[in-house]
Amino acid sequence: MDVRGAAVVVTGGSRGLGAALGAALARRGARVVLVAREGAALRATVEAIRVAGGEAHALADDVGDKEAIHRIAGASAGLVGAIDILVHNASTLGPVPLRLLLDTDCEDLERALAVNLVGPFRLTKAIAGGMAVRGRGLVVHVTSDAAVGAYAHWGAYGVTKAALDHLNRTWAAELDGTGVRFVSVDPGEMNTKMHADAVPDADITTLLDPAVVAERVARIIERAEALPNGARVEAVA
Amino acid sequence: MSPARWPRGWALDEGLVVVDPVADRFELGCVRGLPAFIQARDLVVVNDAATLPASLRGVTSAGEPVEARLLTSLDETWRAVLFGAGDWHTRTEDRPPPPRTRPGDVLVFPGGLRATVTAVESVSDRLVALRFDGAPDDLWSALYLHGRPVQYAHVAAELPLWHVQTPFASRPWASEMPSAARPLAWELVLALRAKGTRFASVTHAAGLSSSGDPRLDGALPLRESFEVSPGVARAVESTRAQGGRVVAIGTSVVRALESAAALSDRPLAAASGETDLVIDADHALRAVDALFTGMHDAGTSHDALLHAFAPEPLLRRAHAAASARGFVGHEFGDSMFIGGRRLSAVAHTGTAASGRWPLPTGPVRR
Repeated sequence: MDVRGAAVVVTGGSRGLGAALGAALARRGARVVLVAREGAALRATVEAIRVAGGEAHALADDVGDKEAIHRIAGASAGLVGAIDILVHNASTLGPVPLRLLLDTDCEDLERALAVNLVGPFRLTKAIAGGMAVRGRGLVVHVTSDAAVGAYAHWGAYGVTKAALDHLNRTWAAELDGTGVRFVSVDPGEMNTKMHADAVPDADITTLLDPAVVAERVARIIERAEALPNGARVEAVA
Repeated sequence: MSPARWPRGWALDEGLVVVDPVADRFELGCVRGLPAFIQARDLVVVNDAATLPASLRGVTSAGEPVEARLLTSLDETWRAVLFGAGDWHTRTEDRPPPPRTRPGDVLVFPGGLRATVTAVESVSDRLVALRFDGAPDDLWSALYLHGRPVQYAHVAAELPLWHVQTPFASRPWASEMPSAARPLAWELVLALRAKGTRFASVTHAAGLSSSGDPRLDGALPLRESFEVSPGVARAVESTRAQGGRVVAIGTSVVRALESAAALSDRPLAAASGETDLVIDADHALRAVDALFTGMHDAGTSHDALLHAFAPEPLLRRAHAAASARGFVGHEFGDSMFIGGRRLSAVAHTGTAASGRWPLPTGPVRR
């Protein structure tokens, strides 16, 4: 997928991998819209991209809210044009410290599903029809090792990511041949606020720098046409 | 024809009247049956405009209530039709007129959104040009937070943006939903693609269907922004050269493609701009052969456009039969397909004749 000049939406764009990926794509000439709930952090991220000479825009909104979906889709296309690349990076762990499933409140699982699974479904539904009729588009789902392995305490988050991977494969199966491509990317363990929330005592020297991972994800986006549609890949060097 | 007051469930079960102007006949069925009337060599062209939350309610600097219904321009300015107090619950023709505005006046909307009137058009002082203050990020955020879809008194309740987007919505240009495409579920699109029918998109800023001002309503359709890409222009030419039809999904697609045709000699060339082209019985179609559209009542500009595709008496008969069967109109209503010049040849060979197309007893209501 040609990134130069592409209209890109990255959710969860205020910090961590989303912010770094927005910067990496803007450096490659993309026109980037970053979406996140926290407006102040988001505006700071966008300002840093602009200072570096890239194009970025801020939309403060919540992908877990159904009413936000057409706000995000419409305002993004108003700012940068019909969307070529959609990156579902926003996600929530639910309450931290992480809890065993028997200790997880039903509402917390529902909220994790709303942000990590239903939100990406809705936003793709709002955007991929236009991509398909234009014959071009890429949807990236940021997944996790917890989608594959079953780890104690990671249940609520893990099931949302496992379902997200299956959503990725099913979109690809249904829209194969239209020119719209889908990929799940497992970024690995990064030194982010989310990781610190989940594993506060982690040895951060063993964690990846999100800026390094963002470069890898940007290269995966650039060669997405070479991957099987609906593939799940790890962002390895 | 009575209006549909709300979305009615699975779109493929909605009603469809198929009109064959060459054979001078029509038949009633449902949208699910549409693929039988579209051929592998045809090109289906949709409008990819997303529907804006184009209605902003605010006040003048004197504190008088005003509603602005926004119209897209290509140069990042906006035009707007202004209304006075009240909202969509009141029929537009019964709304009080807006306060008089002059260039330089400021309108204040929720969320700190402010616009300056930069021009008042001669056709009606309700039609103005607006310049919004602030950066694009702030404008688009505020517009989507505080704007509401334009809607009319026939609709049952306040519409969410979800209900006014077509399956192809991409670029936020439309002041009202380009609703012809609304029933085209992807199930149907992928079935047509699987048999070889090609799809393409234009963008057309579908405007307002009513302003409540007789002078302005008499001037409808207003100037509307449109864009026809080089790829679509080539696809139109190659389709017709190979004996296929160009099937427009909605009157806005007809306006975009015919406007591009009016701007170019053969072959059809890419075009973008604004158009107030009037299409009616006297218009010779140059780029479009067939039309899938909603049910339009006599006397509207949308209905006049249909007369470029089929003679009025046939359309009246089809419309009356559909009404009698319980078909409904407006943006959530039933649909009409006017087959154009090559449909009858197909029908006569039997591949799409009524006998092979199961005619259900009528549209399914939910």
